[in-house]
Amino acid sequence: MISTHGNRPDAPGLVRTADSVRGSALVKRGMAHMLKGGVVMDVTSAEQARIAEEAGAVAVMVLDKLPSEVRRAGGVARTAGVGVIEEVKKAVTIPVMAKCRIGHWAEARVLEQSDVDMIDESEVLTPADPKAHIWKWDYTIPFVCGARSLGEALRRVEEGASMIRTKGEPGTGNVAEAITHVKAVNDMIRHARSLRDAGDMQGLALAARSMGAPLHLVEEVARSGRLPVVNFAAGGIATPADAAQMMSLGCDGIFVGSGIFDSSDPAARARAVVLATSSWRDHAAVRRAQGMVDERGSMGGIGGEPDLRMQEQGPQ
Amino acid sequence: MRVGVLDAQGDVYENLRAVRSALKPAGKKADVVRVSGAAVKDVDALVIPGGESTAMGRLCSGDGSLDLIRSRIESGMPVLGVCAGLVLLSKGVTDSTAGSTGQPLVGALDVDIVRNAFGRQSQSFEAAISMEEIGIKRYNGVFIRAPYVSRTGDGVKGIASLGGRVVAVKKGAILGTAFHPELSGDHSLHAHFLGLL
Repeated sequence: MISTHGNRPDAPGLVRTADSVRGSALVKRGMAHMLKGGVVMDVTSAEQARIAEEAGAVAVMVLDKLPSEVRRAGGVARTAGVGVIEEVKKAVTIPVMAKCRIGHWAEARVLEQSDVDMIDESEVLTPADPKAHIWKWDYTIPFVCGARSLGEALRRVEEGASMIRTKGEPGTGNVAEAITHVKAVNDMIRHARSLRDAGDMQGLALAARSMGAPLHLVEEVARSGRLPVVNFAAGGIATPADAAQMMSLGCDGIFVGSGIFDSSDPAARARAVVLATSSWRDHAAVRRAQGMVDERGSMGGIGGEPDLRMQEQGPQ
Repeated sequence: MRVGVLDAQGDVYENLRAVRSALKPAGKKADVVRVSGAAVKDVDALVIPGGESTAMGRLCSGDGSLDLIRSRIESGMPVLGVCAGLVLLSKGVTDSTAGSTGQPLVGALDVDIVRNAFGRQSQSFEAAISMEEIGIKRYNGVFIRAPYVSRTGDGVKGIASLGGRVVAVKKGAILGTAFHPELSGDHSLHAHFLGLL
């Protein structure tokens, strides 16, 4: 059994027929559970999608530009073209995801009509609404959203996100921000648990208020010791060891954005990140995975402060 | 006794929990553990969880466990394949849109599978199914980008169907489901599996 806490049984995205139901929290969150221990890879073409699938990716994320290219190009970044999404859907058997701008529900409806398997309401694209995210309970297909703290993660779950990922700092090849974000979430979960264990319900209510999250979700997290949905790492993961580090911090799986197809050895790197994500408990296996890539071929990346902090784009 | 859940990719933890919860109703005592690589030799029964069958197949052909699982099943080890697990157990796989997949398989169960047979995620669903053959009258089937069984070979019994499509099969101690018993909260199917031990 997985958590369906916070489910809205009368949500418009939930479609009942005489003998079945689609778009339930169980079916939407369940799909994210199937991606656990795996790697979702950003791709910009059918050819890259095939390389990703062949390497053992659990899903691909279709974009017009990799996050690192979005940085270089500047300007407004929008959802991927309808054509490339269709090409990728035809090319692979694994789930196909695509990103829409934060708060841009019309882009999300376009992606829904394209019948992608999951939508990423993503800060990598230029936010469309400075105040509000999409109300995701309106959709039959699941959404994934980024978060830098427990409060932010639970706000997204309240809005109907079926999966959470760290924001990290996309397109930098620097894993530091992703580490910071998952640790912040973990610390707050531990804090909530300790309040519950002490029987301090008022403390829990105050914590919920100060993090800006609904109390019932904070209580559920305090009870279970984890988010009610799957939590992946994203934003700056470039090497097999980066993936292993994020898994060991308790992440359920990995998104790799620019790290694979902005490297000089995408096919080998994709296989290596898949191996390290699956076998992160086995240091020898992670070493083998690191041996499959050439560090001189890792994306150059940005070590210091990037010009654009994507993680701070849009409502939090 | 040790029951393993194949730990390559997928909802391993959810299956560990479901098997542990089914021990008492099945009247069994066992250690329920994650296994991968050569360690699949050291379990008395194996659950292959849900996930992406292509990812699991590549990882398990890489570490040699695909061949080990096949030889253990041939020597009688009970196995439960859930969704992607059922795909891996099968002998032949096509995708409903992409056609033949050519993906690595265990190939220990003589069935053919159509992947993503009910459509993409928008078509994933819950529906009541019945498995009278194994004494389960009503079960909430959770179907996520689910496959179905398009051909059952000699001795393979379809034990559940939906709209004329076979969605669960059994042959001796081999059990496969297109749906996700580990997500439903009902442990009767896992209890039946433990009863095969």
